Amino acid sequence: MSCGITTVTSKAAPLDQVNVDTDQIIPKQFLTSVSKQGFGRHLFHDWRYLDSAGTQPNLEFVLNQPQHQGAEILLSRENFGCGSSREHAPWALADYGFKVVIATSFADIFYGNCINNQLLPVSLSKSEMDTLFDAVQSAADTAITVDLVNQTVSCNGDNYSFTISPLHKETLIKGLDAIGQTLEQEAFIQAYEKKIPQWRCAPHYE
Amino acid sequence: MPKTLYEKVWDAHVITQDGHEALLYIDRHLIHEVTSPQAFDGLKQKQRKLRSPDKTFGTMDHSISTRSLAIDACGDNNRRQLQALIENCEEFGVQLYPVGNVKQGIIHVMAPERGLILPGMTVVCGDSHTATHGAFGALAFGIGTSQVEHVMATTSLKQHKAKTMKVEVNGTLPFGVTAKDLILAIIAKIGHAGATGHVIEYCGSAIASLSMEARMTICNMSIEAGAKAGMIAPDEVTLAYLKDKEFAPKGELWELACQDWSQLTADPNALYDTVVTLNANDIQPQVTWGTNPGHVLGINDIVPDPSSFTDPADQEAAKKALHYMDLTPGSKISDIEINHVFIGSCTNGRIEDLRAAARVVENNKIASGVSAIVVPGSGEVKKQAEVEGLDKIFTQAGFEWRLPGCSMCLGMNDDLLLQGDRCASTSNRNFEGRQGRGSRTHLVSPAMAALAAIKGRFTDIREFIKE
Ligand code: SF4
Repeated sequence: MSCGITTVTSKAAPLDQVNVDTDQIIPKQFLTSVSKQGFGRHLFHDWRYLDSAGTQPNLEFVLNQPQHQGAEILLSRENFGCGSSREHAPWALADYGFKVVIATSFADIFYGNCINNQLLPVSLSKSEMDTLFDAVQSAADTAITVDLVNQTVSCNGDNYSFTISPLHKETLIKGLDAIGQTLEQEAFIQAYEKKIPQWRCAPHYE
Repeated sequence: MPKTLYEKVWDAHVITQDGHEALLYIDRHLIHEVTSPQAFDGLKQKQRKLRSPDKTFGTMDHSISTRSLAIDACGDNNRRQLQALIENCEEFGVQLYPVGNVKQGIIHVMAPERGLILPGMTVVCGDSHTATHGAFGALAFGIGTSQVEHVMATTSLKQHKAKTMKVEVNGTLPFGVTAKDLILAIIAKIGHAGATGHVIEYCGSAIASLSMEARMTICNMSIEAGAKAGMIAPDEVTLAYLKDKEFAPKGELWELACQDWSQLTADPNALYDTVVTLNANDIQPQVTWGTNPGHVLGINDIVPDPSSFTDPADQEAAKKALHYMDLTPGSKISDIEINHVFIGSCTNGRIEDLRAAARVVENNKIASGVSAIVVPGSGEVKKQAEVEGLDKIFTQAGFEWRLPGCSMCLGMNDDLLLQGDRCASTSNRNFEGRQGRGSRTHLVSPAMAALAAIKGRFTDIREFIKE
């Protein structure tokens, strides 16, 4: 895993929509890949391109607007990442270049998938999101700083704090290998397995 | 302290705990071709073992053809993915049910059929509709591929305790109104994100009277309200379904299991973070009009005006949805004409669903200009339907009778709609482009989909049954 996130300062791309689902973030036709790489090209494909082949950019879509190029922060609204559990969604966002998604709220599975892929999901209140959207929509190069250590977002001199669980924070900051950590708990897992009622064990009953 | 059903299953699976975070033991891990290859790769790269191959079961469902048993029938990319699943299952010793095997099917249809899902278990799968299995009183939820790899390596998952929501439904579903209509009405009530962060427990007399198939339909769509999982306490209906299933415990073990399962109900005074109640008598057949499952109304309602929503963000979303769906506020739902019908998916691809649709279709023909397919949820469903002659009823009416798989629920194969097509679908998501770029999906029950095929438009099933 990479080395972790602490602070990100960048301009932001404003995707002003509620319920952005993972079918939009990365449509199904790209899910047949057996690797984790290369999904950024297809991020928001059906919104980003006018044609199925992805050769004609939709110039009205926020990621195609010149003033938002290079943004490492994506702004959105309520229930971002709802729908399918596909981890291809955070892979696509990260591969495209986003490091942080700030939204009013996130769907649960998507949120967890972000944490496991070094993509920081930050949720702020509706009015705080309104302020950030206003700032970015009136001046695209407005810099937003997301400080994970202090759990704050700052923009134009204002500071907003956000919550994140200690485990998720540590995972992101240290770039932890969650599996490696759990493997160290093997003795506890085995102790637990001794207590499992037999009907719940692997289905070899004979 | 009285406990909810969720809390009981949670507590029974805690390996270690730190505040609200716990390492939970996982009893069953279901895998399919789309979300497993990168996880297997992760194991290989780090030279890690699959810790519990005997608790891991795989099938092929998303990327397969419904016209041919050949794994290359949908092109090279799909073939590569299916081939990777075959090789990984072989290498790591996982039981796989490949295409052509009668036990193959949509993972959430075939796993219960095998008796793999038992009350009080934890069940995970790299798929958001894993919530289906909560119908057995299991704690079942969808996970991402990193977590798939974590479960593979450790038979466990780090989890935060969810909030709890009780959805109590009393009364009786009116004739012609099904579990699909009920869950759509529940989603309409709590909202597309209304249960985010929660595990839902469904209870009440209307839930207790449902079959296992119907309960699976309910729990399946819990995720469509944002919930992590949905659960229903096991009862006589559950036991009758499970008894003698291939992987269900037998003999003395069955007795022991039944004793344990009898404890799996919420305690009388258990506290929930949220409580929602509905009366089943009030529910009409439901039809979605927009681009998420919360955009749903009764068959006799009219397409809403965006200004009728209070929240400006919802107004904006409704405007966008109506534009995408090409619908006019004020027009009748029953005036919406469709040109495609899809009957299938892990929501409504079970035998009861096909029976309900076949009853409507029998001795009728699909309307001109409509194309319609029936895709059984599994090989077992297909076999049973053919024993009962349902396939003949469908084909005589003009439906295509296909091989089992996810098919047009998301179109990772060649079952895709074209730009502007409008479909009555028994699946679970009406997101933009879900069934094909620019296509329009309306979610309905199997009987309502069957009737739409015959009439070419949405029609109240209750009127038809009276006819
Ligand atoms: S039928 Fe649809 S929702 Fe169910 S597992 Fe397949 S693709 Fe997912």
